[in-house]
Amino acid sequence: MSAPFRVERRLDCPAWLNWAIPAGAVATALLAGALLLFFLGVSPGAAYKAMFKGALGDAWGVSETLVKAIPLTLAGLAVGLAFTMVVWNIGAEGQIVMGALAAVAVVRYAFVDSAPVMFVLMFLAAALSGGLWAGFAGYLKARWNVNETITTLMMNYIAILLAEYFIYGPWRDPSSLGFPMTAPFPDAARLPVFGSTRVHVGLVIAVLLAVLFRVLYRWTRWGFELRVIGNNPNAARYAGIDYMKNILLAMFVSGAVAGIAGMTEIAGLQGRIQPGFSGGYGFTAIIVAWLARLNPLATILVSFLLGALLVGGDTLQVVMRLPLASVQVLQGLILFCVLGGEFFRNYRIVRTGKGE
Amino acid sequence: MDILVPILTAAIRSGTPILYATLGEILTEKAGVLNLGLEGLMLLGAFSGFSVTLATGNPWLGLAAAVAAGMAVSAIHAFLCVTMKANQVVSGLAITMFGTGMSALLGKGYVGETIRGIGIMPVPVLGKIPVLGPVLFNHDPLVYASYVLVGFLCWFIASTRWGLTLRAVGENPRAVDTAGLSVPRLRYAYTMAGGGLAALGGAYLSVVYTQMWVEMMTAGRGWIAVALVIFGIWNPLRAALGSYLFGGVGALQLRIQAAGTTVPAPLLLMLPYVLTIAVLVAISVKKGRGILLGAPAALGQPFHREERD
Amino acid sequence: METQTQSPLVQMRGISKTFASVRANSKIDFDVFPGEVHTLLGENGAGKSTLMNVLNGLYKPDSGTISVKGQPSRFSSPRDAIAAGIGMVHQHFMLVPVLTVWENMIMGLPGLEAVLPRKEVVEKIRALSERYGLRVEPEARVWQLSVGEQQRVEILKMLYRQAEILVLDEPTSVLTPQEVRHLFDTIRQMTAEGHGVVFISHKLDEVMEISDRITILRKGEVVETLLGRTATREELAEKMVGRKVVFAVDKAVLNAGETVLEAEGICALNDRGLPAVRNLGLSIREGEILGIAGIAGNGQRELCEALSGLRPVQFGRVLLLGKDMTGARPMEFVKAGVSYIPADRKGTGLVGAMNLRENFTLKNFWRKPYAKGIFLSWENVAGETGRIVERYGVSTPGLGVPVKNLSGGNQQRLMLGRELSGTPRLIVAMQPTWGLDVGATEFVREQLLRQRDRGAAVLLVSEDLEEVMALSDRLAVIHKGEIMGVVEDPRAATEEDLGLMMAGIRRNEPSTGSVPR
Repeated sequence: MSAPFRVERRLDCPAWLNWAIPAGAVATALLAGALLLFFLGVSPGAAYKAMFKGALGDAWGVSETLVKAIPLTLAGLAVGLAFTMVVWNIGAEGQIVMGALAAVAVVRYAFVDSAPVMFVLMFLAAALSGGLWAGFAGYLKARWNVNETITTLMMNYIAILLAEYFIYGPWRDPSSLGFPMTAPFPDAARLPVFGSTRVHVGLVIAVLLAVLFRVLYRWTRWGFELRVIGNNPNAARYAGIDYMKNILLAMFVSGAVAGIAGMTEIAGLQGRIQPGFSGGYGFTAIIVAWLARLNPLATILVSFLLGALLVGGDTLQVVMRLPLASVQVLQGLILFCVLGGEFFRNYRIVRTGKGE
Repeated sequence: MDILVPILTAAIRSGTPILYATLGEILTEKAGVLNLGLEGLMLLGAFSGFSVTLATGNPWLGLAAAVAAGMAVSAIHAFLCVTMKANQVVSGLAITMFGTGMSALLGKGYVGETIRGIGIMPVPVLGKIPVLGPVLFNHDPLVYASYVLVGFLCWFIASTRWGLTLRAVGENPRAVDTAGLSVPRLRYAYTMAGGGLAALGGAYLSVVYTQMWVEMMTAGRGWIAVALVIFGIWNPLRAALGSYLFGGVGALQLRIQAAGTTVPAPLLLMLPYVLTIAVLVAISVKKGRGILLGAPAALGQPFHREERD
Repeated sequence: METQTQSPLVQMRGISKTFASVRANSKIDFDVFPGEVHTLLGENGAGKSTLMNVLNGLYKPDSGTISVKGQPSRFSSPRDAIAAGIGMVHQHFMLVPVLTVWENMIMGLPGLEAVLPRKEVVEKIRALSERYGLRVEPEARVWQLSVGEQQRVEILKMLYRQAEILVLDEPTSVLTPQEVRHLFDTIRQMTAEGHGVVFISHKLDEVMEISDRITILRKGEVVETLLGRTATREELAEKMVGRKVVFAVDKAVLNAGETVLEAEGICALNDRGLPAVRNLGLSIREGEILGIAGIAGNGQRELCEALSGLRPVQFGRVLLLGKDMTGARPMEFVKAGVSYIPADRKGTGLVGAMNLRENFTLKNFWRKPYAKGIFLSWENVAGETGRIVERYGVSTPGLGVPVKNLSGGNQQRLMLGRELSGTPRLIVAMQPTWGLDVGATEFVREQLLRQRDRGAAVLLVSEDLEEVMALSDRLAVIHKGEIMGVVEDPRAATEEDLGLMMAGIRRNEPSTGSVPR
């Protein structure tokens, strides 16, 4: 007794699937989420409407979405770079933290009352800090083939705890009383914002870097080398491409961009660091990179959508008294659906007809 | 000696939830599947255990519900990784997000409630042994169960035919496939077993340890478990020692902060992660004929059966 | 040792098997009697492995029957075959390195007790070891064993499961000469015990030594079955390779110039760490084609990789236009004008998921005008790729198509075009016409000749004797990593001459590590 359907390997993947699968995944996830909410006695219609209104319903909502999209774009680009080489940088969260810490360090120990100077110093320090953090894992992989998934993952928590050490300890703002945090940044260290929104200049940096990455992948020699390594390491060797050098470099750049995300979050938005400031952006960025299929321009779009999701989550908390973490359910569902959907890139379901 | 006993006792109790999760992940990884979703699974287990205990008044039912929940959700991971051959790292992260979110969402109404969980049951004779007695035998039944589980798993993996198959399928699934056994079925089974144990670890926190529900109450223990599997080089006994060690550090954290010692708590808490990286580097550097001693060779790689017609 | 009066242990009749459009096996009859070693001889691609995979239950034949001890059998999986008493030792071992020998022995065994019966198993292994002369330490972990010992474990596994017929697939390809001796002793022991052994190989000297019967396969069909006792090397070589009309190639007169490549005393290891190229020397001049003939697996790939910088050279020197390139990185070889056309076009030479333009760029991303500083000039790339497509007749819907969508012949044309369009000084071509249709094959050969006329030095490595005889100006034969001899005028050489060299018999004086001109 044979099944009416058969699973068959595809020869190639039709182009329309490239956007159809992520789109379909999001739609399926939203549907599943709706069902879940329904069974919990929460009206899905009300919930989704509230989320939409909160995130995209008015100018303030959109600006808040953009605020969230900034670190997501930057971290998404960072993660995407590593993933292009099939190097699993799961450590964006930690690299964001290290970038932020570097920015705070610059303000504490190297403050100059000039906005441009502070910007440059913080930018470079954050990039270096994040870059070295990721580069260390890259070195271990290049030299001894140490599993980068684990090392970058572990270094996330080391970084977060390191930040806690500074926040509770030497960098604690004495006037912060019950809630430990560092002293607020002086004006010169803050990034300018647009109008009366909280959208800061980090947006420009994010978009610029996305364009830069697009140019990198498509038009530069290095981008080409990275893509070859990711596609076929044997062919890369044959072509004379240096594997070890490229892993190190790619991880460094990846960490650097994530570090910049951390810097812009602090200098642009929060103005000081407190426990949990990194907010899971490093992990959400993995969803961004996966949904965007590692495409830099798509990363901007997907970051915006996921930012809307996060702002929607904030709204749900205020309007419907749902815990903030609830939105992670949707994030998880989206990821499930994307992963499941990818199956259809490589395989298709064929009806077993008469000719079998 | 006086301070040692309460510290060690606290270490064991604090390490037990981590131990369950670590043992579960050892099973999963030995079968070749990487499950990074432990944090989410533990939280789901904690919530399930708590809510069912609250509803039925029976903590044992609560624990059973937790195990069931863990198995169900890790089945999703198994489906994605084994059947759909998706990326195991990303799938695990998705499980973490899902589990964290679900437990928070479902647990909304339960914050502030308390239950009568499972209490301490001192072991009659053994509990009187000086030092070791109070440290090891003055706990709740789940701690004792974890001792038994550690011993059982050591024996199971090394000396039984299922343990042999388990070791083989994580090292060379093709050999297992050629021998006529079903690689997918084995991987589903061990992924779900691992998920169930992780959830049990989480339920321990809510049903025994604190007897309350707080959002995010696992506080990163799931990630420590992931680390401990490697730190213990995939061995249940070493995993136990590691769990108690880092559980102990966690328990000590408060005392240390109170005493105001020179070693700040966050730096101590970093230890499991730093040591795990050190161990991983050590086993990567020192390879026996190119084989990573300890790590299942096929870990994280989907198994594709060669075209057979 | 052989008794034709008994009934066969296994009888295969009329086995045919087709994959896609390739006829791997065509109406093959094959049987094995107790106590005999029946060898399946043939070149790569002749159909030996396919036939044996049908026998061991991995493949289902399209037509034909299998009978085991007179009973018709149908195998739906390797487990069925093992249950019927057929055990196969594959080229790639199915062992778990971190487990011990005794654990590997019983892994997956039906009816195994819950608690592993260690003592029993160890004793049984020792008994089998004793009986068959297969020395192996049951408590050792497999990763600690040498390849030869691992192979013994694989054989013991089959004997443990009471296999009566043992199929050994190219067993000597991974062994040192001493280990080969041991293996042959084991085989003789097994036949003395009444087992039937199928020995798959393409190595003539070994086949001659161990076989009772030899069945030669060529292109999926049985050529003949000979008695091992009476067969001669020449006969085997001839039948294996086939008597073909030598393809008359219109070749211009040799006009050789200065020496482009000089290799002296090259020693290189294969992927397993065993010597693959031993004290090999050769030289090639501008405008000449040096052919390397030989049966697959005698170090050809390792030699090609060593000469293009992709494999480290343990001893010896590689000189390119007088410059010592030993130990230089692949990129330096590329920049020095060495073009390597690998046999594995899909796995190494091309990136399947990338399109034609990008695959052209694979070997040109560092070179002007395709690279401008840190940028790539896709315009220039597209231009040259388009020219290659036209000049080399690559049939493709467009330049933006992933190359994995192209047929094998078109992929090869593209790769050839890429490698040859940069006016290389030295072309290392390994199996350039393998798997191609007649038209593509002729085209490739023509291109190589044209490069030769242009003044490039060409190293042509091919298992196709006819091809290498027709195209080469000078022809060397490689055997076990050494040059057995060089023929200055290939057209005057006979296939027997070459066949003998390919079988390991040196021509005239022993080769000294450099090729006499």
